[in-house]
Amino acid sequence: MLIKKTLTMLAAMALAVNGGAAAELKVGFVYVGPIGDHGWSYQHDQGRLAVEKELGVETSYVESVAEGADAERVIRQLASSGHDLIFTTSFGYMNPTNKVAKRFKKVKFEHATGYKRAKNVSTYSSRFYEGRAIIGAIAGRMTKSNVVGYIASFPIPEVIRGIDAFTLALRKENPDAIVKVVWVNSWFDPGKESDAAKALIDQGADIITQHTDSPAPLQVAEKRGVYAFGQASDMKAFAPKAQLTSIIDDWSPYYIERVKAVMDGSWESKDTWGGLDTGMVKMAPYGDAVPEDVRKLADSIEKSIVDGSFHPFQGPIKNQKGELVVKEGEILSDEVLVGLDWYVEGVEGSIPK
Amino acid sequence: MLPKLAKRPTPSRFMVYLSPVLALFLSLLAGIVLFLIMDVSPWTALHAFFIEPISSAYGLSELAVKATPLILIGVALSLGFKAGVWNIGAEGQLIVGGLCGGAVALYFYEQEGFHIIPLMMLAGVFGGMAWAAIVAFLRVKFNANEILTSLMLSYVAGLWLNLMVHGPLKDPEGFNFPESRIFSDSAMLPLLHEDYRLHIGFLLALVIVGLGWILISRTLLGYQIKVSGAAPAAGEHAGFSTARIIWVTLLIGGGVAGLAGMIEVSGPIGQLLPSISPGYGFTAIIVAYVGRLHPVGALFAGLLLALTYLGGETAQIQLNLPVAVTGVFQGLLLFFLLACDVLIHYRLQFKQPALAARGA
Repeated sequence: MLIKKTLTMLAAMALAVNGGAAAELKVGFVYVGPIGDHGWSYQHDQGRLAVEKELGVETSYVESVAEGADAERVIRQLASSGHDLIFTTSFGYMNPTNKVAKRFKKVKFEHATGYKRAKNVSTYSSRFYEGRAIIGAIAGRMTKSNVVGYIASFPIPEVIRGIDAFTLALRKENPDAIVKVVWVNSWFDPGKESDAAKALIDQGADIITQHTDSPAPLQVAEKRGVYAFGQASDMKAFAPKAQLTSIIDDWSPYYIERVKAVMDGSWESKDTWGGLDTGMVKMAPYGDAVPEDVRKLADSIEKSIVDGSFHPFQGPIKNQKGELVVKEGEILSDEVLVGLDWYVEGVEGSIPK
Repeated sequence: MLPKLAKRPTPSRFMVYLSPVLALFLSLLAGIVLFLIMDVSPWTALHAFFIEPISSAYGLSELAVKATPLILIGVALSLGFKAGVWNIGAEGQLIVGGLCGGAVALYFYEQEGFHIIPLMMLAGVFGGMAWAAIVAFLRVKFNANEILTSLMLSYVAGLWLNLMVHGPLKDPEGFNFPESRIFSDSAMLPLLHEDYRLHIGFLLALVIVGLGWILISRTLLGYQIKVSGAAPAAGEHAGFSTARIIWVTLLIGGGVAGLAGMIEVSGPIGQLLPSISPGYGFTAIIVAYVGRLHPVGALFAGLLLALTYLGGETAQIQLNLPVAVTGVFQGLLLFFLLACDVLIHYRLQFKQPALAARGA
């Protein structure tokens, strides 16, 4: 009896100690938007919640942190208040993250979408363009006006890559279709995004896609009776009829893997660029408007990207002037994709310089 | 029956200065109610908000860094607002100042020399002045409302900065990302202590507070500014040129806002980014009013507003409170300030005048 009691007590103590060790690890997150944006920051926060649920570690976050002088203060505050691993989830946090990392050598940092690494700074991003190749093909099959509207944030390689991958897939299915781009110079600005959507629809677009984070363009599409694709999360609730599918960023597997790596001491600085194959990019269920043959096509493209038999940037690729840039059978390398700064044939207008 | 507002013949001077303190106290009370509703211990929350951020030397240094642009612009705007010149576009003047200062830093990239920072400062001040001069010109020549022109020029300034960091000032080794190179050390403001981000810009802000105070209370120009704002007709009658007051206050506002922009890029940021200010130019309007349009008041108000930002971050990290609480606090502060001001200048009248009763 006594022995049994002692044993249970010991077990409880062991559990408490173990639990204590896990609870001691603190993970911090810095978001560029509000977690209620239903897009980029929302998805990162879903990843944070998954880490909490899966590993039982303590997490904290700061939302709507401006990419400038404020970022360094927030990151440093997290580093100095006992956080062991800090995810900074926007490109503009690159230099502040590296600055703080220099000072806090024992703290590990993970910076999303950047390219500067250090011993205690990893970088990670997703190959969202793989999803763009799928929605591009769907758009190619479903557009009637042959004009597709693209709401873009900033003319950085990441966004250009998306536009190009989308356009290549679109015109493979429908060589007459063109893409009109409107730049809103913001990641999250529901007002500007919906204005852009309206302008594009007025110019004849019957499908809208976006590289901005709010569901506003989908709401406009729903109201105006055109189709649209969601961004970052499944936005079907905002546009039940209009959303054909959505490219979902799923950070949970990556975040859980990296937190685990810190816990077992195997964390090392590295660069991760995961796509459909790693589960970091996922497609939302198709909307009712997508016919069976288009679903089959989209499924087969997804499968061929995952098994490597198809690459969204495989030749032949022509630039806007119609010159052949990538020959048949060749594939644009990751090095070129990382700094991509030109449009493929089929995109209207020029990249803002 | 709705009470009516009747103007007090002479509002109490004491109360006018007490009003911000009263407003702060009332916001704290409202905050306590808010935290109780949110099921957070008010003491822990207020501690995280207002005490934790300034309980270390590092915290104090960060408070000063954050407050520097707010104080600078707050002082400069006070002068204009006192004269009745409504420069709402300090944000744009800040951006142009930062852009010009940053361009100088990039021109001298990887060069040494003590001339670089003074040149950057001059560029920042002149950039901000030039931006404000457009507003002054339009107002004096065409009587265009300066509230509209200055505000709209802020957006133009933001887009111009964007254009420059996407184009000519883009880091050539930056994979086409819209950022400039990181400034060389000789283009960075000297730090007051190597462990902190606190830079000499804060001292400059204190100097500007002093200069602003001397200007408004000890010079003829200061007197003219006060008279033009309080009694424009009297000012005209005394021979003060309205056009001159408009030009001077806008140029001072633009110049100081431009300096604040240069200090931001050359201090805590260290490079040009598509966005260099999270709205300091707009927050500084609150700073000017909470500071009673007085330079020394702007100093305290700038520190207070900066504290609400830092406190908001601490509250998020420690208590998982949403960022919106910061905005609610700033809003409450302004709301109670305006409410107090109304009650100081007006009196509530519950009795309806006999004449009005017949009409109803």
